[in-house]
Amino acid sequence: MTAAVEIDHLTVQFGLFTAVKDVSLQIRQGEFFSFLGPSGCGKTTILRAISGFQDPTQGVIRIGGQDMSGIGPNQRPTALIFQNLALFPLMTVSENIGYGLRVRGVPKADRDRKVDELLNLIALSDQGHKKIEELSGGQKQRVAIARALAVEPKVLLLDEPLSALDLKLRQHMRNELRAIQRRVGVTFIYITHDQGEALTMSDRIAVMNRGKIEQVGNGRDVYEHPQTSFVASFVGENNGFTGTITKISGDQAEIETSVGRLVGLNKKSLPVGTKATLFIRPEAMQFGAQGENNLSGTAADAAYEGMTTHLTMKAHDGSSIVATLTGAPAREFPSQGSSVSFAFATRDALILPA
Amino acid sequence: MLSSTGHPFIFLLPVLAIAIFWVMAKFEPKPVGVTKKSFFERNGTPVAIYLIVAVAFWSLFMIVLPQLFMVEMSFRPKLPPIEMGGPKDLYTFENYHYFIYGSTTSSDAINWVHIKAFFLTIFASLLVALFNFALCYPLAFYMAQVARPARVRFLLLLLIAPYWVNEILRAFAFRIIFSSGGLINKILLGMGWVDQPIDFIGNDIALYAGLGYAYMLMMIFSLYNAIETLDHAQIEAARDLGAPWWHIHAFIVIPFAKPGIASGCTLVFMLSAGSLAAPLVLGGPRSLWFTPILYDRFFQAFNWPQGAAYAFILLLACVSFVLLVLRLGRLSLGEIAK
Repeated sequence: MTAAVEIDHLTVQFGLFTAVKDVSLQIRQGEFFSFLGPSGCGKTTILRAISGFQDPTQGVIRIGGQDMSGIGPNQRPTALIFQNLALFPLMTVSENIGYGLRVRGVPKADRDRKVDELLNLIALSDQGHKKIEELSGGQKQRVAIARALAVEPKVLLLDEPLSALDLKLRQHMRNELRAIQRRVGVTFIYITHDQGEALTMSDRIAVMNRGKIEQVGNGRDVYEHPQTSFVASFVGENNGFTGTITKISGDQAEIETSVGRLVGLNKKSLPVGTKATLFIRPEAMQFGAQGENNLSGTAADAAYEGMTTHLTMKAHDGSSIVATLTGAPAREFPSQGSSVSFAFATRDALILPA
Repeated sequence: MLSSTGHPFIFLLPVLAIAIFWVMAKFEPKPVGVTKKSFFERNGTPVAIYLIVAVAFWSLFMIVLPQLFMVEMSFRPKLPPIEMGGPKDLYTFENYHYFIYGSTTSSDAINWVHIKAFFLTIFASLLVALFNFALCYPLAFYMAQVARPARVRFLLLLLIAPYWVNEILRAFAFRIIFSSGGLINKILLGMGWVDQPIDFIGNDIALYAGLGYAYMLMMIFSLYNAIETLDHAQIEAARDLGAPWWHIHAFIVIPFAKPGIASGCTLVFMLSAGSLAAPLVLGGPRSLWFTPILYDRFFQAFNWPQGAAYAFILLLACVSFVLLVLRLGRLSLGEIAK
């Protein structure tokens, strides 16, 4: 099966600045694919290159196997949902949704039928006559999706469309987006800097940094098996201890850091003497117990969030180490400044090149 | 009527105007539920008094009185100064009557010369406004949506620089460029496109070009301001949905910029219809523009009441045009004044 979107050695330069460096990637038919990365990592540039608003400096983009070079955004089988949605304020909801069909010269009767269908899909059946300004944030979001779906694109591109919404609505819209994607079966390419969005919605995620793709995989892959230090620290919370590898035994390695000798999994088979970082997730950290690796310091902060509590410990070298406890804690939190210790198991710790 | 009995009234007018603005400041309408300081508390009493008096004088002496004076005068007969205010000084429609039925140069029953000039002026000003819009829209769009800031600044400078030159000098420059031995004819002859020079001035082409050029900035800035506020993502969204460029302009940009288009067109129309320098300098021997006729009523015929009547007719035509544009565009006066 041909890929829905194939990015082949894509490079985009703005003057001297290289926004995207030699990226190659295949996105499957019907997939919910996310580009995750900090702002300025080049993810929006890739999206604009796929939609046709940005010409590649080098490389080729194929959609459904067809080379898109020289084909304008209005000729591509893609539809883009803008960060600010860019709904047309002077048109009604129905006119917005029907715009792409009107441009294509679809007869009014067919257009109306399609618009009704889409209004139904986004649960705004009787709101077609409304003006855009009369809608709530979430409704606008859904209208933008319907407007893009109306032209029956092969690929729907979404540029951080949820970033303007408040937290509750954002979480609700995640589920809604995912549900709509399942129903219509269109390939979604989603851009976000919010790892929660990427993890909950995506079939696969490409984590990007400085114009390059660090890792591609499903949510569990990038969270549990990060391949680079950047992925380990960007996706989810992580404690990182940088040092030099001093000993290797089997798939484990010992690393000399400023908080002591620590042992973790050496999946990358780094040799002795390599500068590396050991990552351990806050939720894998045990509080007040002794284990394979032990850290001690003074209690700095306890952030209580109901379901979880984040304990911060100040280590002897001044670095902050976080442990996340779930459920009701077994005992009282230590008072600020008192001596505490964290422990973690070797199989939970990952050593990656620094 | 400002005769001897009317004179005390004119001294009461400023007082009345101040009183009106004072009351307006005192009972300022406020949104319900908003506690805002009063006009006097906001500005301090001395400044508040200054503002009220200044606005009252300005609106009275710059706007209301001159207009009222002209309207009043247009209904009076032409009399030697000695008879003004005398028994013959009665209100009359004779000046308006003259516009339609009177004539000095022919024996026709109807004053075709002036009526034709009036409608030609209105029609030509309309064309100048539309032509100006067609000319300025692409440039305004380019500046507002496409060009980089440095390029916009450069273009603005290029647009404004010619206006440092006096309007009459600019009109004369156009006369030289468009004359039979002028630059344009020389180029046309040199290229062999025409056998003999084209009479741009006699055919009023120079006049329309000059008028269009004289008020181009009004159009450019009205359009630029309106188009600049359009979110560029809207244009991209339309393009992404498959719209060809003309569709984006016709259904996204122009509807959005409608208030700016209306204000630009009405400004250019009114300024063209009321223009004096360009028609005097660039008008051909046969051209009929209304403002020189109006000017002649005052300073050639020394018939100020008649001039006032002509000016009032022109003003009414312009105001009607603005109202018509507002009606057609379903706009409010506040929207195009932005």
